[in-house]
Amino acid sequence: MTEHAIIMRAVNKYYGAFHALTDIDLTVQPGERIVICGPSGSGKSTLIRTINQLEAIESGTITVDGVELTAGGDNVAKVRRDVGMVFQSFNLFPHMTVLENCMLAPMKTRKVSRAEAKATAQHYLERVKIPEQADKYPAQLSGGQQQRVAIARALCMKPRIMLFDEPTSALDPEMVKEVLDTMIDLAREGMTMLCVTHEMDFARAVADRVIFMNKGVIVEENAPEAFFGNPTNDRLKNFLGQIA
Amino acid sequence: MIREFTSAELLFIVGAIRWTLILSAIAFLGGAIGGLGIALARTSQGRALRRVAAGFIQVFQGTPLLMQLFLVYFGLAVVGLPINPLLAAAVALTLHASAYLGEIWRGAIQAVPQGQSEAATALALSYSDRMRHVVLPQAMRLAVAPTVGFLVQLIKGTSLASIIGFTELTRAGQIINNATFKPFLVFGTVAALYFMLCWPLSLLARRMETRMRRAITR
Ligand SMILES: Nc1ncnc2c1ncn2[C@@H]1O[C@H](COP(=O)(O)OP(=O)(O)O)[C@@H](O)[C@H]1O
Ligand SMILES: [Mg+2]
Repeated sequence: MTEHAIIMRAVNKYYGAFHALTDIDLTVQPGERIVICGPSGSGKSTLIRTINQLEAIESGTITVDGVELTAGGDNVAKVRRDVGMVFQSFNLFPHMTVLENCMLAPMKTRKVSRAEAKATAQHYLERVKIPEQADKYPAQLSGGQQQRVAIARALCMKPRIMLFDEPTSALDPEMVKEVLDTMIDLAREGMTMLCVTHEMDFARAVADRVIFMNKGVIVEENAPEAFFGNPTNDRLKNFLGQIA
Repeated sequence: MIREFTSAELLFIVGAIRWTLILSAIAFLGGAIGGLGIALARTSQGRALRRVAAGFIQVFQGTPLLMQLFLVYFGLAVVGLPINPLLAAAVALTLHASAYLGEIWRGAIQAVPQGQSEAATALALSYSDRMRHVVLPQAMRLAVAPTVGFLVQLIKGTSLASIIGFTELTRAGQIINNATFKPFLVFGTVAALYFMLCWPLSLLARRMETRMRRAITR
């Protein structure tokens, strides 16, 4: 299929009077890995949160896997079933074990049996390399382990697109690598990924395209070599100088 | 004709505990259902729903329980129902408990971090699954101690039903006092009985609160 994974057209988002996203146009191909960076408050989180409609938009259209989000009906639920999301603060459910965290959504929204949900959960916990933690509660795990569980939890829905919102920003430095490695594995397997991160080595290693945002606008969009090697925008040069 | 305060009188008073408990149980269960509805309405997306629930809470928290009892008691007659003290007390206390439990549970729901419901939403869980499996179980832990605390208030509050003639513990005391003229003995006994009902619950609430605090700081 040549269908686009995500098409955003002239998307505008306001928080009250504040213009958070301005005329966003973005097309993502299946299997593409996109890294989004930019200064704090530039609208990176807002952008990826519109894709599963954690944030509603005021104008424009967003189409995910051929399903138009704003068209109403069951579309939002359909898109959310196919789009996984990983948050900066993990957001695991603290009153459930790791296994239960991974089994809840498939059983409730995909209506799979308990046995199948459990098998799937164990499979993905294996993939993120923490099968032995299945019966623990999130509070008993390190930050890096919690984030890997969060990735496994999202994968249990068998999503076609994964959204990451600064997945390593809340982690102690020694735990960043284990989470990035998990994401690199995922990228190698062909997952369509949109990732907000300032880990530029990760961007160089896996991204097909890097996007720079400033004040709610996509300012620059390029393949990693050009993006880092030959930035045209002054804001971007400045930004790259700061985080380098 | 002044009667003595004998074991028969004492038994009459003790027997009336059952009506205090029945009234408390009805009001608490009714209030739990109503309160859940109020709390969900207060935390919903719909602005009109939030307003209505907030108004309900304000009216019932801002007027004396005794007035609520009177209004329901005499209101029954106005809408053509027979005047029945138990029914009136049960309805008034249920509305009262709905408002207070609704407010306690609204606070507990809002104390669950926003990220929890966002993660559930991103996993495509419906509103009811999100509430049932993610938000409410966490809110419940925060709410148990204040809920038990309110139950103590509610049990004591049922004594007001005596004023509209419902023979629960307090009214039983009044009846015996009218016959024996031993107010200190009679009401001392009644108070002691309330204390025996409420004190263990207060202890339980305090214990759960300490446990909660420890669980949070862990
Ligand atoms: N719920 C909200 N209400 C009001 N303003 C918000 C809200 N969420 C984000 N904003 C504002 O929108 C802008 C973009 O936020 P965000 O997308 O979180 O930025 P980034 O992820 O790039 O740091 C910021 O100025 C932020 O203050
Ligand atoms: Mg952000």
